[in-house]
Amino acid sequence: MTHSVPFLTLLILLPAAGALGLALLGFDRRFNKELADALGILVSLATLVIAVVALVTMKEHFGGYQLVSNHTYTGEALGVRWFLGVDGISIFLVLLTVVLFPIVLLLGQSKTNSRAYAAWMLLLEAAVLGSFLSLDLIVFFLFFELTLVPSYFIIAGWGHERRAYAAVKFFLYTFLGSAFLLVGILALAFIHQSQTHVLTFSLTALEHTHLSSSTEILLFLAFTSAFAIKAPLFPFHTWSPDAYTEAPAGGSVVLSGVLAKLGTYGIIRFDLNLFPHATRTLAPLILTLAVIGIIYGAIVACAQRDMKRLVTYSSLAQIGFIALGTFALSTQGLSGAVLLMLNHGLIVGGLFFVIGFIYERRGTWQTGELRGLQKVAPVMAGVFTVLMMASIGVPGLNGFVSEFLVLVGTFLTHRWWAVVAVIGVIVAAIYLLWAYQQVFHGVPKPEDEKTRDLSWMERVAVAPLIILIVFLGVFPKPVLDRIDPSVNELVAHVEKATGHYQPAVATRGPAAAEGRP
Amino acid sequence: MLHVAYLMPLFPLAGFLVLVAAGRRIGDPVAGWIGTLAVAAAFVVACLTLGGLLNQPDAHRLFVHDYFTWFHVGGLNVPVGILVDPLSVTMVMFITGVSMVIHLYSIAYMKGDPDYPKFFIYMNLFVFSMLVLVLANNLLLTFVGWEGVGVCSYWLVSFWFHRDSAASAGKKAFIYNRIGDAGFLLAIFLIFEKTGTVQYTGGPGGGIFGQLHHLGGGTGTAAVLLLFLAATGKSAQIPLFNWLPDAMEGPTPVSALIHAATMVTAGVYLLCRMNHLLALTHAGMEVIAIIGGVTAFVAATIACAQQDIKKVLAFSTISQIGYMILAVGSGAYVAAIFLMVSHAFFKGLLFLGAGSAIHGLDNEQDLKRMGALRKTMQWTTITFTVGWLAIAGIPPLAGFWSKGDVLDNVYSHYKVLWFLGLITAVLTAYYMTRLQVLAFGGEPRWDKIGPHGEPPLHAPHESPWVMRLPLVILAVAAFFGGLLDLPWIHHDSFEGWLGPVFAGSLYNDHLHAGGEWALALTDLAAALIGVIVGFALWRGAQVDKPQLEPQFLQRVWYWDDFYDALIGRPSQKLATFCAWVVDVRIIDGAVNGMASVVRATGSATRKLQSGYVRNYALGIAVGMAALIVFLLSRTWWS
Repeated sequence: MTHSVPFLTLLILLPAAGALGLALLGFDRRFNKELADALGILVSLATLVIAVVALVTMKEHFGGYQLVSNHTYTGEALGVRWFLGVDGISIFLVLLTVVLFPIVLLLGQSKTNSRAYAAWMLLLEAAVLGSFLSLDLIVFFLFFELTLVPSYFIIAGWGHERRAYAAVKFFLYTFLGSAFLLVGILALAFIHQSQTHVLTFSLTALEHTHLSSSTEILLFLAFTSAFAIKAPLFPFHTWSPDAYTEAPAGGSVVLSGVLAKLGTYGIIRFDLNLFPHATRTLAPLILTLAVIGIIYGAIVACAQRDMKRLVTYSSLAQIGFIALGTFALSTQGLSGAVLLMLNHGLIVGGLFFVIGFIYERRGTWQTGELRGLQKVAPVMAGVFTVLMMASIGVPGLNGFVSEFLVLVGTFLTHRWWAVVAVIGVIVAAIYLLWAYQQVFHGVPKPEDEKTRDLSWMERVAVAPLIILIVFLGVFPKPVLDRIDPSVNELVAHVEKATGHYQPAVATRGPAAAEGRP
Repeated sequence: MLHVAYLMPLFPLAGFLVLVAAGRRIGDPVAGWIGTLAVAAAFVVACLTLGGLLNQPDAHRLFVHDYFTWFHVGGLNVPVGILVDPLSVTMVMFITGVSMVIHLYSIAYMKGDPDYPKFFIYMNLFVFSMLVLVLANNLLLTFVGWEGVGVCSYWLVSFWFHRDSAASAGKKAFIYNRIGDAGFLLAIFLIFEKTGTVQYTGGPGGGIFGQLHHLGGGTGTAAVLLLFLAATGKSAQIPLFNWLPDAMEGPTPVSALIHAATMVTAGVYLLCRMNHLLALTHAGMEVIAIIGGVTAFVAATIACAQQDIKKVLAFSTISQIGYMILAVGSGAYVAAIFLMVSHAFFKGLLFLGAGSAIHGLDNEQDLKRMGALRKTMQWTTITFTVGWLAIAGIPPLAGFWSKGDVLDNVYSHYKVLWFLGLITAVLTAYYMTRLQVLAFGGEPRWDKIGPHGEPPLHAPHESPWVMRLPLVILAVAAFFGGLLDLPWIHHDSFEGWLGPVFAGSLYNDHLHAGGEWALALTDLAAALIGVIVGFALWRGAQVDKPQLEPQFLQRVWYWDDFYDALIGRPSQKLATFCAWVVDVRIIDGAVNGMASVVRATGSATRKLQSGYVRNYALGIAVGMAALIVFLLSRTWWS
């Protein structure tokens, strides 16, 4: 089954070609910097357009994979297929990616050697999109791995003081997880082959593999270890404070906003589809880790004096919420988790952008060295305020809807985990408001007085984020309406496989309560 | 006229958007007028809605309408819609009315502030949120307004953010409220789990109120106590009350509007809205009544020893809301609302009067540096006197009737709490008399050198008419507010108007006429005792009386110190420990430890590979080895 226009293949090839083009053009000494910058931005914008067209083309009330490309390029012997597809879960991660990258490129122009920077970024965009779109496990794995290379070079090439340490740690740690993932993929495919005599890595085929419960748990752990490190989930997070802090602003945005979602997306797409029993069996364990991550991330964030590390730990807590909603295995929980992936990407991306603006002006992001910036840079303060309120979960902005859905979904199936997680909602207010007070409130010192407010280009760059944050807070319905059919199918798939069903009220609302004795 | 009700929140929202877009260009004072007009328009719509509702027969005074779906996931449907009934209309009437006059007042009060337009941006957003809170037709939308007013409160308290105390106070208010909000969220979860809906009434299954039979027993009690936790945060009750005095760092109109008249009563509103749920749990009602009564008393004692004019009024507000909560806990919802409305009048008036005094004295708030303001600020003095007598409970002013109504109802329920409430009434009359005498009576002290060597202040001046007019309006309202619900009128009364909202759950005190008279005389005696004692003790020129202002009361019963020692400092230590020991040494230590083991192994193969490619190969090697081990193990397992 192929679609008339191969949107998804284009989505991957376009930024990849852009990266290649920038790399090759670089050999020409006369090739000027402005042209390279413009090319990078244009390619990423064209990718954005294609993604939006793909979204519009998609059918609305359909939960399965759409716009599917399915070709055998490697020959049947290897079983690897160019198998791409998108559904209500992945489309919004694709959109998040294509929205964030142009902004990163727009704001990355001042970098030294911005041509190489743009090339790495475009390659990273291609790899990320490939990961979100692949339905063949080997193709997914290749893209998943490929993201490491540009990320490594972006951290190591344009990062801050301890960039070498951070880059190597990031690379090795995530790579370790990937090794388990590869083992898991191969093992699963071979087991499937032994049952059907067909070697395939297609997700839709491998779903039907019969697994003994111990095997399923081992495979689940192999897959999940890669995803948990990538996300990162507590306690596999310690690479992230170093990587997010030492990366350049654009790198932090992409790492936390988009790459982290590869982990949580992987869990939803592969763990839930392939290993429903193990998912259910181990749900209490992961839920517990998620709740610990929420509380622990928030507590540790309270002790940070370094804004980038603070945002990193707040991100750890948010990832905890995503995992919580996912493993709650309820309609609201999973919908909330998917929506939160999008929302968190926008919010954390925005926060790292603003911290980047501050760093560009002041050469620091230590809260102790900044004071009273609201006085001298009111627009910057306003942008930060919106992001902060969205992150805290103030209704009317996007963070609330997803957080609420995650919590209510968890409450329905795992009440006490939700009750503890709500404490994380309280603490989240503490560290962000504290940081805001330190940096933006108070009387500016002489060196603060000279801090410029946002330039018009910076305003244009962050405007889409602010608009989306408000829009998704006020009117999330169109997005949720597209997420829901896919989430319903996935929840039904897990329920059917395990024989455990969520409370009827989750799907039928008041009608279910009526029927109760 | 009911179908226009949705315009009510939209006008302040429009004002907010206009000022966000162009406030800085419009500037002082036009921005203030735009903000005021937006709220005035909302007030007009509120009046139209009231008229529309009055045109309906008693039993049909309910209008529920959904405008669009906020989100709909599985069985959870959250519409954006309004609920117009006597309760919400009563709320919007006094909210928009008081907001309007306070906006007007602010036009002059905030004059010359560099962030003048921003003040009205926040104020309009606040009014919008407050209207969403009371007009929402479902719990989640009420929560939207609930959080919205909280955020606006944060912005307005820390409005003068260059002062560290203001910035910290805003943060404190937000965090205390968040604790309550957690209760609100959990209550919504619990109610949704049992009823499958978040709508109050109407819709499939008749909404929450149609599904109450699923909320019996412990579930109902839990839900009520969780909602009450939310109310203690927003309405500054024990144990979450101590953010409110700090919130006085905000400009005085903010204190009047948000921290006296409207937002802080949202908790009372929430409990009244959920009255059918409250009726299910006797234990829950008792907890509510006790907390309310104790808070009223504790806050009143503290108010007796405060030096800052706004702090006295802040603790007084906490105490008065305690009365409202006490009324709710006694099932006397109408009395609670009656007190809420009259309190909005007289406390709004007192704050604006205090603001006028502060304005006239170059921002001096210390009562001990005031004195004899009657000589220079006649308008302020006369109107403030009305507020003082109203809150003290002197007939025929509003406070006498509304407070009396609360105490009558409590009397037939909880004798001990009634007695506590009566003592509180004495204290109220006392601390307000003290305030009145110190600020407006006696001899001037502002022309003397301050206790910490501050230079003498300029002679106070009366405020301009835009500030005086609101004082007069509120004084009239505070004087005649009692007419809303006179005890001997039973037909077309406030109670008859609100009654249908509380049908079945409203408690009616059936005191015989003699009992009512006896209680009314008791209330009057309490008020007079307080006033007389206040005069007797504070009349003289000597204003330093440490024996009357013990440290224990000045330091708010050491409540903040207690929280700081019990929660604040230990959590800071915990956070530091987690951040620098658990995370860096233990978790990351384990990771780096493993890495060095790998590195040691890796150096053995250094001759084959180098750089990160080496690690890559090593990783694949590890992976392949694991794969082989796995496949081998499979052969034995299966």
